[in-house]
Amino acid sequence: MSSSPPSPTRSVAADAGKAGGTPAPLLSLRGISKSFGAVAALTDVDLDVSAGEVVALVGDNGAGKSTLVKTLSGVHPPTSGTITFEGREVSVASPAAAQQLGIATVFQDLALCENLNVIENLFLGRELRGLRLDDVAMEVRSRELLKQLSAKIPSVRVPIAGLSGGQRQTVAIARSLLGDPKIIILDEPTAALGVAQTAEVLNLIERLRERGHGVIMISHNMADVKAVADTVAVLRLGRNNGVFDAATTSAEELVAAITGATDNEVTRRASRSAGGATTAAEPAGTTADKEGDADE
Amino acid sequence: MSDVDVRPPAAAAGAAGAADEPSGLRGSVSALTARMRGGDLGVAPVVAGLIVIWTVMQILNPVFLSSDNLSNLTMEMVPVGVISLGVVFMLLVGQIDLSVGSLSGVSAAVTAVLFVDQGFNPWLAVLAAVAIACLIGWVYAQVFNRFGVPSFVITLAGLLGFLGLQLHVLGPKGAINLPFDSRLVTFAQLDFVPPWLAYTLVVLAAAALYGTGHARASARRKAGLTATSQRVLIARSVAVLAGLVLAVWYLNRDRGVGWMFVFFLALVVVANYVLTRTKYGKAVYAVGGNVEAARRAGINVRTIYTSAFVICTTLAAIGGILAAARLAAANQSTGAGDVNLNAIAAAVIGGTSLFGGRGGAFASLLGILVIQSISNGLTLLNLDSSYRFMVTGVVLMLAVALDSVARRSRASAGRA
Repeated sequence: MSSSPPSPTRSVAADAGKAGGTPAPLLSLRGISKSFGAVAALTDVDLDVSAGEVVALVGDNGAGKSTLVKTLSGVHPPTSGTITFEGREVSVASPAAAQQLGIATVFQDLALCENLNVIENLFLGRELRGLRLDDVAMEVRSRELLKQLSAKIPSVRVPIAGLSGGQRQTVAIARSLLGDPKIIILDEPTAALGVAQTAEVLNLIERLRERGHGVIMISHNMADVKAVADTVAVLRLGRNNGVFDAATTSAEELVAAITGATDNEVTRRASRSAGGATTAAEPAGTTADKEGDADE
Repeated sequence: MSDVDVRPPAAAAGAAGAADEPSGLRGSVSALTARMRGGDLGVAPVVAGLIVIWTVMQILNPVFLSSDNLSNLTMEMVPVGVISLGVVFMLLVGQIDLSVGSLSGVSAAVTAVLFVDQGFNPWLAVLAAVAIACLIGWVYAQVFNRFGVPSFVITLAGLLGFLGLQLHVLGPKGAINLPFDSRLVTFAQLDFVPPWLAYTLVVLAAAALYGTGHARASARRKAGLTATSQRVLIARSVAVLAGLVLAVWYLNRDRGVGWMFVFFLALVVVANYVLTRTKYGKAVYAVGGNVEAARRAGINVRTIYTSAFVICTTLAAIGGILAAARLAAANQSTGAGDVNLNAIAAAVIGGTSLFGGRGGAFASLLGILVIQSISNGLTLLNLDSSYRFMVTGVVLMLAVALDSVARRSRASAGRA
């Protein structure tokens, strides 16, 4: 990850998207609530995702990020609220229904079979020609897909056990792409990854944006969020707590929105080290998005 | 199994390609050694073990490698080999069936009672016994899927229960002789492939190996993928042809190749195809590797478990019937004693992991060859079964230890 200043063009584009005028969002949630018995996990949550937009979904533990993702992926249908997908109101009753609509989810435990190779994992459950596997076509398709994602996989014939965490994440994401989804939801894609592997996955998310997918990324890492996201949606205690433009919002502001307080150790320390209130411009050094100029 | 694909760099296409293996015969050999150094031993340890065992046995008793004895060996190994093929399926999905011995005994008893005592058509009797075994497998699977009882416990109960059922079915006589002139017994004892047909089958097998390899390679080349080179394909087919011709020639100096052995080989080849080249086979490996991943990929995990249970019990029944046919009698010791453990040991010695998702159909063939060679060789030396058990135990321990060491080096070489 390089640190170049945030691109001004991006924020304009993001603002245009958010204005809701010209390109209607691909997916929009309105007033989503979900309760488990007496516990309200989500209350009146709104979220918009456009094609070619990366939305980071951030929030503290228990803020409802996972629940929101699960309502979208059909694991827990919402108690109330509407989901509009490509201009139509839809109900996502099951994971299969989500797949059908074109919403793919990559959960944190990637659910790959370590004993099978990359091709076998990519096509697991949807092999071509069941009685006499068409492994040529599957290998061609796998290579194409990984090439489009500029994935660094040593060989598509190595078992998953031989791949690094970042490479596994890549395979899991590539697998979700096989169904040709419009929206891809990534649940903490960079958790437990090293620096280089994180960069690899963030590059991959850039590829997804370039391909025109809408991406929802759950993350705890503000540097990652600032690096790839266009928009940051903050959840706090099951409610919306602001939607920010990633390029113009500082990590401190995001942390403040997440925790619900501007006065905490992170902001105090930032202001101490920068020696003033103008701190927010360059936090943490690595937050800017290197591909910022490329899109739009 | 030992599917040595060589990728000519010229054809290396795609970002993920960058395959580094060189082309040609030498390339395939170096790729193989690299793989083995990485802990992907394949069938090498079993073959090496077999060579050691055969050498030792031959030195101890020159009769061991005679045509007569080897012909006998190929027939002897079939019943337990068939059972062990079923065990391979169970191990691949990460479960185990401890009741295969009892099941084979019950099936033999049912066949004998229906055929001899009740006067059924022998094939009908066999069909009935196999159908009962199918049903037992299905019931096992229901208990496993619905109540979540570990397969270990279900089949341990089955081991006891079906041993009792076998004794009950056989009744107070305790043994039923099958008529020597029945097709069942002649198939297991006397039917040998005529030499011309044996050679024809060998040539067909080699041709089929070349044909499928060639078709696959040219399809891959057409798609711009790396493919096995023509020379490797030819060399492989010629090696197989030469090996099989030599084996058939040697066996034909005595009685020849038994139909029962050909039947076993056919089962192994079919099982190998199913496991490696079908959607079902991939699902079996996936369930053995990571059940949750398999479920999320849309695989009906319960169906896969059910199929493994049913295949295992069915093959156990067929093995039991073959054992009875070979002995020309179903008695209380059919399927008893070491049959159970030999079948499981054969699968493991052949390279099927006890932890699921690793191994293949040929494991049963190679594994049973090892076990039966030991048993046969020690019998030739007039040593009683005490030695046989001890030696087989040591070999099993070696095989599992080797598997564990290989797994560790696979992990460090990133090939696990």
